[in-house]
Amino acid sequence: MALDNMKTTGFTQVGTTPNRPDGLDKVTGRARFGADVTAPGMLHAVIVRSPHAHARIKRIDTSKAEALAGVKGIVTRADFATGLTGENWNILENVMASDTALYDGHAVAAVAATSALTARDAAKLVEVEYEILPHVTDVDKAMAPDAPVIRAGAADGSVPEGQHPNVVRYHESGHGDVQAGFDEADLVIEDHFTTEATHQGYIEPHACLGILGGDGKGELWCCTQGHWNVQKICAALLGLETANLRVTASEIGGGFGGKTAVFIEPVALALARKTNKPVKLVMPRADVFKATGPTASTSMDIKIGMKKDGTITAAQGVFRLQGGAFPGAPADMTAMCAFAPYALSNVHQVGYDVMSNRPKQAAYRAPGSPMAAFAVESVIDELCGQLGLDPIEVRLKNASKEGTKASYGPTFQRIGLVETLEAAKAHPHYSAPLKPGQGRGISCGFWFNHGGETAVSLALSEDGTAQLAVGTPDIGGSRASMALMAAEELGIPYENIRVTIADTATLGYNEVSHGSRVTYASGLATIEAARDAVKKLCGRAAAKWGIPEDAVKWENGCAVPSGPNAGDFDPLPMAEITANMGATGGPIVGHFEATPEGAGVSFATHIVDAEVDPETGKTSVVRYTVVQDAGKAIHPTYVEGQFQGGAAQGIGWALNEEYIYGDDGRLQNALFLDYRIPVASDLPMIDTVIIEVPNPGHPYGVRGVGETSICPPLAAIANAVSAAAAVRLRQLPMSPPRILEALEQKRDG
Amino acid sequence: MQYHTPTSFEDAIEIAAQADGITRFLAGGTDVLVQLRADIVTPDTLIDIKGISGTKTITHNDDGSWRIGVAVSGAEMTEHPTLARDWPGVVEATDLIGSTQVQGRCTMVGNLCNGSPAADAVPAMVAAGMTVTVSGPDGTRELAVEDVPTGPGKTCLAKGELISAVNIPARGANGGDAYLRFIPRTEMDIAVVGAAVNLRLEGDTITEARVSLGAVAPTVLLVPQAADAIIGTTLDDAALTALAQAANAACAPIDDKRGTIKFRTHVAGVLAQRAARIAYERAQKAGK
Repeated sequence: MALDNMKTTGFTQVGTTPNRPDGLDKVTGRARFGADVTAPGMLHAVIVRSPHAHARIKRIDTSKAEALAGVKGIVTRADFATGLTGENWNILENVMASDTALYDGHAVAAVAATSALTARDAAKLVEVEYEILPHVTDVDKAMAPDAPVIRAGAADGSVPEGQHPNVVRYHESGHGDVQAGFDEADLVIEDHFTTEATHQGYIEPHACLGILGGDGKGELWCCTQGHWNVQKICAALLGLETANLRVTASEIGGGFGGKTAVFIEPVALALARKTNKPVKLVMPRADVFKATGPTASTSMDIKIGMKKDGTITAAQGVFRLQGGAFPGAPADMTAMCAFAPYALSNVHQVGYDVMSNRPKQAAYRAPGSPMAAFAVESVIDELCGQLGLDPIEVRLKNASKEGTKASYGPTFQRIGLVETLEAAKAHPHYSAPLKPGQGRGISCGFWFNHGGETAVSLALSEDGTAQLAVGTPDIGGSRASMALMAAEELGIPYENIRVTIADTATLGYNEVSHGSRVTYASGLATIEAARDAVKKLCGRAAAKWGIPEDAVKWENGCAVPSGPNAGDFDPLPMAEITANMGATGGPIVGHFEATPEGAGVSFATHIVDAEVDPETGKTSVVRYTVVQDAGKAIHPTYVEGQFQGGAAQGIGWALNEEYIYGDDGRLQNALFLDYRIPVASDLPMIDTVIIEVPNPGHPYGVRGVGETSICPPLAAIANAVSAAAAVRLRQLPMSPPRILEALEQKRDG
Repeated sequence: MQYHTPTSFEDAIEIAAQADGITRFLAGGTDVLVQLRADIVTPDTLIDIKGISGTKTITHNDDGSWRIGVAVSGAEMTEHPTLARDWPGVVEATDLIGSTQVQGRCTMVGNLCNGSPAADAVPAMVAAGMTVTVSGPDGTRELAVEDVPTGPGKTCLAKGELISAVNIPARGANGGDAYLRFIPRTEMDIAVVGAAVNLRLEGDTITEARVSLGAVAPTVLLVPQAADAIIGTTLDDAALTALAQAANAACAPIDDKRGTIKFRTHVAGVLAQRAARIAYERAQKAGK
């Protein structure tokens, strides 16, 4: 049901595209990122990491390192809290190993010294004696009966009997009778797919500066997607009281989900406590690859039945996710997203969360959904091909709509999948002629989106400007969107609102910037805070005019009588009210705290043209169009940026990015030279179409847009490659050696 | 670590000859400094040769040959008004090293002495028939480029020796060269396979050729059999097929994260053909 205070037309500011308030700082170097913060007397820290995939830590000897001039302190697991349970224990175990190193790069100790070079030298002097244990890094091998056990007892009650102890979570959902559905089909295709772990690839490595005294009071500056989460976890891992640790989020050089987790901050704080000095910790790039979360790797089986007219009669999927040495791979979300675009009578999905000797996976932009879409949308493409059907028509025929019972359970409210498909069909790209050697692919994608705990404060200044404090780090231009929404409500210029990402001491708890929640939830809170401020402004005007509060309304930045009967007063501009607010009742601050639960799901359809060099197997993406439902685009340029960013990361994931492990269980490509994200010249101009089907759960109809854009690319590119080269790649990445091999196999029959 | 800035090759040689432990010469530093920071090689002695007179100079000799100073950067070669007219393959290959920023510092000599079989400049240097002047405690010698690397990260230079100049032969009439590399992306990557071809025509017939392959063996290869496959031909389909076969046959690559043996072997033939076509076209144009 739509909010009764919903506004979907007549915007004056929302929908315009002013420059982002943080733009000048970022292009001039004035913006302060994680590594830009310093403090007097600051030490530099380096983490000592396991070179082994799986090894018992028999002894750590720090004496030689401690003897090095300039070394001020060394911490190991003994310097952290004890008695933790659940996810706090998992996080601590990942932040600093106790008795066993669980992956190549697992932290075992950390050194603080007067210079970064000294700390680096000292780290090499820390002697760790290991007993090497058998390891496993592949998801299917980790589930096999003879696989080494990463940690006995890590599974929860969801896992059925008979599974290997490395299977730690299990998900099953669906409805109908899939066997009956397959029996009705004219064609059933069943295939196996795999995807490799990919890293979020943010340009800024994790960095922080920690201060913590013997009194248990501390301060922390760090680059993170959510500093209240950092505060909570650091307090737990160090045995502090939450309110005694104040955390400030720096500007962030990319996160994409990877900075929703905590890796180095507790280590910096532990060293700060030990040395009684500020400690700065900046991760080298190799450590970022080895020890921060890539996404899960997958092994998937998909079976779909279709009638000759394109009706999908049944669909089932098995999704095995390798999530590193801890529980948490998003097997449930992978399974739940897989068939969400389609209205199915018979659907069944199963997900396995599997541990291995790899770094703990972290969220990566729509966690789990892109892999599922790769497998499912590839099979739908094969069915369309074999039945001679148009891939957009088939998707339209089966598309989820308002009222559809979703594959994962609930009934959809107003959604915009059909609109994205219709717009894709009508887009000139879909009917443009292709050159020889090129092929076109399409795919749909789905993401839930999220609300989450949110607190916002809007303080008005005496000159009629406003300071908006939000608690969600700006990872995609959200300060511009917040300022637009506040300006819309207050009726003052966009430039008159300064948006700050407040520290943990300033606002109530804010969940991390994830789940495409910021423009939705902090946006909703901003609108409500502004309405709260407007109510107070109207109250001051009513008092001045001597009329009831409800006889005053707010129009174009001014208080005005609500009608002819309210009296005849000239409009009272905001600045005139705020100029005297001290004498008329005190400061005016609007605020809002809630856990909004109306985040609208979002769908996208992507069109890709790819060209494959038949002699080298190299794929070039030559044209790309993203069509996605944004609900309402607050700042259309930054919505487009999210669409393009998701597509760009998807292109990397599809074609070249992968974690490569050697037989020794060590990561082979922990640097950007060999972990091949696309460079600018690898990408075509990514065209965008913004669809606006309002989300009934947001005052302006906003849906999150950050994540859905990475769901379709893997499949859309695979389908385009298949059309271009007549080979079907069911394994990502579709690197040139793999495509060449497939071409050769086809030639050899 | 000791850091030296000699002003003559004699001084550089003396410092290097007397140094203990690991010695590295510093010109652009785009390998040496990266390896230092990544804990791959920490030299005991670092000898910066950029201050030696003549190391930043490109000289076109009276006989048509070229002498390139050892600290001449890729960007300086690319911006030279006439060098690329003679040797487009050599200049383009050097231009492929790293980013625009790296181009401001990287050198052909550094690329050669780093000893990587995947070095982009080196196959083009080998195909061009280039030599280097090696100076050391026992005097000076001239070496063919293909004789410098002896294995991944290794060269034949003895203690105290360094390269003091790079020599490119005179282009002569009706010649053309080209270098191509395979990377999965378009920029900022390392060659999975490289192939360079340098040839000369009489009419439409190839009379001289040199073919070099990179990243398919422990060192950059000069492949005379591949050259023989196209000498005496007009680079017709049969010659191209023979060229690819000879290139494939010369490959002894490894399977690694960057490519498989099979892929590298196949693509070496493909790139040799493509580079030969470009070199042939360039030679034809040079003759007009």
